[in-house]
Amino acid sequence: MKVLCGIGGSDDSFRALDRTVERAAVADDDLTVAVVENPDSSVEPDEIARRAESAIEEAALDAEVRLVEGDPGSRLVEIAETEGFEEIVLGGGHTSPMGKITIGSIAEFVLLNAKTSVTLVR
Amino acid sequence: MSDRGYPEAVADEFPAPPTEFTDREGRTVEVRPYEGTEAGYEALVEMYDAFDPADRAQGIPPGGEERIREWLDAILGDDCLNVIAWCGDEVAGHATLVPDEDAYELAIFVHQEYQRAGIGTHLIRGLLGHGQAEGIRKVWLTVERWNRAAVSLYKKIGFETSDAESFELEMGLRLNPDGGGEEAGEIENGGEPGAGDSGTDGG
Repeated sequence: MKVLCGIGGSDDSFRALDRTVERAAVADDDLTVAVVENPDSSVEPDEIARRAESAIEEAALDAEVRLVEGDPGSRLVEIAETEGFEEIVLGGGHTSPMGKITIGSIAEFVLLNAKTSVTLVR
Repeated sequence: MSDRGYPEAVADEFPAPPTEFTDREGRTVEVRPYEGTEAGYEALVEMYDAFDPADRAQGIPPGGEERIREWLDAILGDDCLNVIAWCGDEVAGHATLVPDEDAYELAIFVHQEYQRAGIGTHLIRGLLGHGQAEGIRKVWLTVERWNRAAVSLYKKIGFETSDAESFELEMGLRLNPDGGGEEAGEIENGGEPGAGDSGTDGG
């Protein structure tokens, strides 16, 4: 399957990255990791890309890591549509100390606007 | 997450527990801070184990006894404030304030058997009275938009919407003026576990 994993540097996005790389290695997915500009993240895009590349290398996977500029949600949806991706994978949300899960604004946009299936990784 | 908004004005004074009242079904209900006893803890576990999953909010309370205990252990910590509504030896509802950066997150849950009887209002007022007495300054919460009973309860209490752009509404309340009281996480006397937006009876 052709999978687009969007990560912006939040904890849950790195969890999504690890799980997607793991699965891609088993399922032989055609994986692309899109590093997006998440305004809520303090990790620099270059650093995020480095982490993605090392995860891919560790899994002995052949996957592309791409830096994506502009509005994260709409760019992910656009890339998925124009390049024939079948699934978008994103982080499953922030958990407060109380234990409540809040879905981020990128995931909200993608969920409501994507034509592909969307997976939120918990 | 520290850029949450709060009302300028400090909320009215809330009654500090213990308080007692008769609910709309004629049951005597007592609101008390969580005492940390084993019997109290087990009664809470029992309430959440029997809690209708349809009234879960954003993943809490979790399902299954093991995960309920893990969750309770986290929110019944010494840095949290917890208040319980008791009907005899049974937990009718539970409300909690959990420190998160410079403020406290609130959640309140009323068991299905005890909803729509006015318990949620007494319970949240008791929790906020407890928090006020402990010097807590700012309280925030999130609530699903469709949960009208909960939203109207929070508004009636004095919460104001601080973020309406997500799936969930975010609301804030100022319990004590800045400068007085203690910072989040500095509560000395411990607290009692809390309640969430699901299962509030709205009045």
